[in-house]
Amino acid sequence: MKILVPVKRVVDYNVKVRVKSDGTGVDIANVKMSMNPFDEIAVEEAVRLKEKGFATEVIAVSCGVTQCQETLRTAMAIGADRAILVETTEDLQPLAVAKLLKALVDKEQPGLIILGKQAIDDDCNQTGQMLAALADLPQATFASKVEVVDGKAQVTREIDGGLEILSINMPAVITTDLRLNEPRYVTLPNIMKAKKKQLDTFKPEDLGVDVSPRITTLKVSEPPKRSAGIKVPDVASLVDKLKNVSKVI
Amino acid sequence: MSNLVIAEHDNVSIKGATLNTVTAAVACGGDVHVLVAGHNASAAAQAASQIAGVSKVIHADSEVFAHALAENVAAQVLAIAGNYTHILFPATAGGKNVSPRVAAKLDVAQLSDVTLVLSADTFERPIYAGNAIATVQSKDATKVLTVRTTGFDPAAASGGSASVETIAVIADSGKSAFKGSEIAKNDRPELTAAKIIVSGGRALGSAEKFAEVITPLADKLGAAMGASRAAVDAGYAPNDWQVGQTGKIVAPQLYVACGISGAIQHLAGMKDSKVIVAINKDPEAPIFSVADYGLEADLFVAVPELVNAL
Repeated sequence: MKILVPVKRVVDYNVKVRVKSDGTGVDIANVKMSMNPFDEIAVEEAVRLKEKGFATEVIAVSCGVTQCQETLRTAMAIGADRAILVETTEDLQPLAVAKLLKALVDKEQPGLIILGKQAIDDDCNQTGQMLAALADLPQATFASKVEVVDGKAQVTREIDGGLEILSINMPAVITTDLRLNEPRYVTLPNIMKAKKKQLDTFKPEDLGVDVSPRITTLKVSEPPKRSAGIKVPDVASLVDKLKNVSKVI
Repeated sequence: MSNLVIAEHDNVSIKGATLNTVTAAVACGGDVHVLVAGHNASAAAQAASQIAGVSKVIHADSEVFAHALAENVAAQVLAIAGNYTHILFPATAGGKNVSPRVAAKLDVAQLSDVTLVLSADTFERPIYAGNAIATVQSKDATKVLTVRTTGFDPAAASGGSASVETIAVIADSGKSAFKGSEIAKNDRPELTAAKIIVSGGRALGSAEKFAEVITPLADKLGAAMGASRAAVDAGYAPNDWQVGQTGKIVAPQLYVACGISGAIQHLAGMKDSKVIVAINKDPEAPIFSVADYGLEADLFVAVPELVNAL
């Protein structure tokens, strides 16, 4: 069984982004870019399934600019066997990415597609579910545990109020939550090895997909600032403020 | 213009997030219908018909909805989607699970976590963990939205008198099966609907200390309990208590952060709270930059003292 792992290149989670003064977006020139943390968890999970003998090949995929190659090399350093870049400078929205991935699913016929539940830049939380719908596959989102049992994926999901376990037919789409695993550190020898692994590049046209955006961003602005309040010296004055000033207790 | 709200419910009652979503639907303009897809869910459908501003409740009842599997719920929404210009889900774990399936099948974009409706096709939504607000316009014929509940007041749960129409149910997808769940039973208010939340961070040091220190304060205040990602990752608190960018987004009247440093991703989940209290012994902790009242103290001393003082 092959596992397809879509990964996204995003602004590193440690970077505090700045809104551009002209309101056209956020300034991402010269900031550190990294693999979306949820996708890193997805790569780790796929590699573990391969190490346990459930999968034969892990294929990392990224859609976007040329530099996404770096993200794919990182995925291969974690343990993905090969990579595919769908290269475009178009502003890709989740529906377009889901369509590109659907075309690759048709081509590669993976048994599982594992990807992050959301990207930390646009915070959309859509791509996995959209891919599942377009490919008519079952889905298990927000996974905190993945097992393969009797040819089906048994997935523990994080839901409001607790956890839920689903058993889904494969092929299937799984999206990862934070507690699924802790990705391994990439070692230098594995980074070197990753440089030699196969990386194929396609254009959206090669896959017959129209990736033009459906949503127009009219403006990006700073959120309303919350100003710091005051420091209180002790518990008694805190209680006094809450009771008599804010009146919230 | 006509809007369809997908209700979140437990077959007996309507969950609070549905009410905020109805308010967002009203803001889009036109009629508001509510879909209750459930199993033996007549009581929930009746409750939905009482919501102010709702003109029709569509009730689909079958065992295939017993566990709200995404494949089945999405198929039921799609069966009636043609009648609507806007389809709105609450941005809860349940809503987020289903809505992109609906959008993709309709070949339309989805607008996630909408916090403001500016017009029928223009909306505001936070990006980059709430560090920027995007004003976005959809060119699609049908708008599929998930609604951030903290952005909208809840519609009144009573006063409405919508008709209830029962519709034919779709067939089970057969591709997904529910095996079990672990839902924590407690008498506390739901995290996203609570008026007061007491949250603990990594400084608690262990699950035992978390329970020993945070629980009495939450009990005293009748509060829901939350946690930072660090505390959840360390196993001090259950996963679904996580407040932050990738966890729960909350906006209670009072948020008490105990031993939480205030990472960007945590602030993204709670900075719209009305009053924020931070108890932390590190004077440089970023949480103080958003707190209305900061108490620089050892939480193991200050929190029990606070419990006694209340």
